[in-house]
Amino acid sequence: MALTRRQRTRLGRGAQYAIAVAVALLLALTADWPTIARAFFDVGVAASLFPDVILIALRNTLLFTALGFVVALALGLVLALMRLSSVRVYRLAAGAYIEFFRGLPALLVFIAIGFGVPLAFGTILDRLVSITLALGIVGSAYIAETIRAGIQSVPRGQVEAARSLGMSPTRTMIFIVIPQAFRIVLPPLTNELILLTKDSSLAFLLGTTLEQQELAQFGRAALNQARSLTPILVVGLCYLIITIPLSYLARRLERKYGSAGMPKGAEV
Amino acid sequence: MSEPVADDVVISIRDLHKSFGSNEVLRGIDLDVVRGEVVCIIGPSGSGKSTLLRCVNLLEVPSGGTVTVDGTEITDPDCEIDDARRTMGMVFQQFNLFTNLDVLGNLTIAPRRVLRRNRAHAEEIARANLARVGLSEKESSFPGQLSGGQQQRVAIARALTMEPTVMLFDEPTSALDPELVGDVLDVMRSLAEEGMTMLVVTHEIQFAREVADRVLFIDGGVIVEQGRPEAVITDPQQERTRNFLARVLHPGQKTA
Repeated sequence: MALTRRQRTRLGRGAQYAIAVAVALLLALTADWPTIARAFFDVGVAASLFPDVILIALRNTLLFTALGFVVALALGLVLALMRLSSVRVYRLAAGAYIEFFRGLPALLVFIAIGFGVPLAFGTILDRLVSITLALGIVGSAYIAETIRAGIQSVPRGQVEAARSLGMSPTRTMIFIVIPQAFRIVLPPLTNELILLTKDSSLAFLLGTTLEQQELAQFGRAALNQARSLTPILVVGLCYLIITIPLSYLARRLERKYGSAGMPKGAEV
Repeated sequence: MSEPVADDVVISIRDLHKSFGSNEVLRGIDLDVVRGEVVCIIGPSGSGKSTLLRCVNLLEVPSGGTVTVDGTEITDPDCEIDDARRTMGMVFQQFNLFTNLDVLGNLTIAPRRVLRRNRAHAEEIARANLARVGLSEKESSFPGQLSGGQQQRVAIARALTMEPTVMLFDEPTSALDPELVGDVLDVMRSLAEEGMTMLVVTHEIQFAREVADRVLFIDGGVIVEQGRPEAVITDPQQERTRNFLARVLHPGQKTA
């Protein structure tokens, strides 16, 4: 008795569901639920985290990320333009920078900024400046490549049209190419922002007092005090409050502008 | 018709050469275009006619020879090319409207940023030029919302807002659906009637016959034949011109 194509598909799908249910059941039955509940869902501990987790930790995470992203964006744009420059020295310098910082763990960059800069230049940078700089450097290497790809995907005809109207290369870049490139790279840039949000947790390397704590560090400190894993849950939720709307935004932008960076409904 | 005096020459091309790698596309072109003249350039694809046009405003840098436009030698390395380009309007096969700007934005960006016209003044001139191409009601549309023919008419209006002394057309109707070609040609015809100096690379033989003062047939990077349209198109002297015209005017028929 041969099965039809539709029957085979159904059978396969059924098997997949059965396996998924079995795994879920196994995990649910073997887990120690009372302990998990005590560790992760301690309402008292959770309540004790407020309002500091919002007013200090979440606020700091947002502050570090925003400042770092602004620096990363500005630096990334400059690097992208250098990568595309007709001047060989600029191309090589930007290429070296990007390869270097893209290849290093963010952790090392934070340590280098926090401890290397004071050693090398004999000055101690303000902590916020150090964090902004470190996040900016980490983000800029990725953002530079994203923006470069965006600029290169703007059709050549757009540049030719602008130049034929007497616009200089600089004006063409500012008024025609970069606005179009940014529409194309908005979704990937949003993803860079999400990555940077998580990288901001490395700020713990550069300071420890309560007012300086961002989410991850605040969570770890609370963990030690409360002898409960609940802070992890609370802090994790705080990250998701930031990142999930961002990915939603990225998807919206992607749908709106499509891969060609044109408003929906545009025909070529 | 009296002999043109020297300062009536708007475009002057001398011994123009252009190579892409080892491929020599233009092999010595000499051409003078006088004020108010409409010159149509015809020729098979790959003949170098688009390259010739693009050399006139230096979108392609010639490998040799000189191009002088309105008294400025634009092939001089010290030439302020951005200034020189303002005197030449260019219309592209693919329209190349700025996709990040609406129609009015397309028509005002260069006047505002290059000529430093204030917004109100730039928009006034832009609207006058939109009316000229019959698209006043489309000023807040984006390029993607327009048909190809409308986009090309906007592109012509955009070039006109810079008040050029010469208009360059690079196969302006080749990317259009057949039923949209007429509107674009009408706009070009009225421009020619207003006395605009025009250099037009085209496959529209009929248009060339009606509107051109002179037709150039280019093949293999040289001007094979040129003259009044009725002479070149109706009574070509060169074998290559005859073959090309036979293929274009009677596609599908065997040529000798």
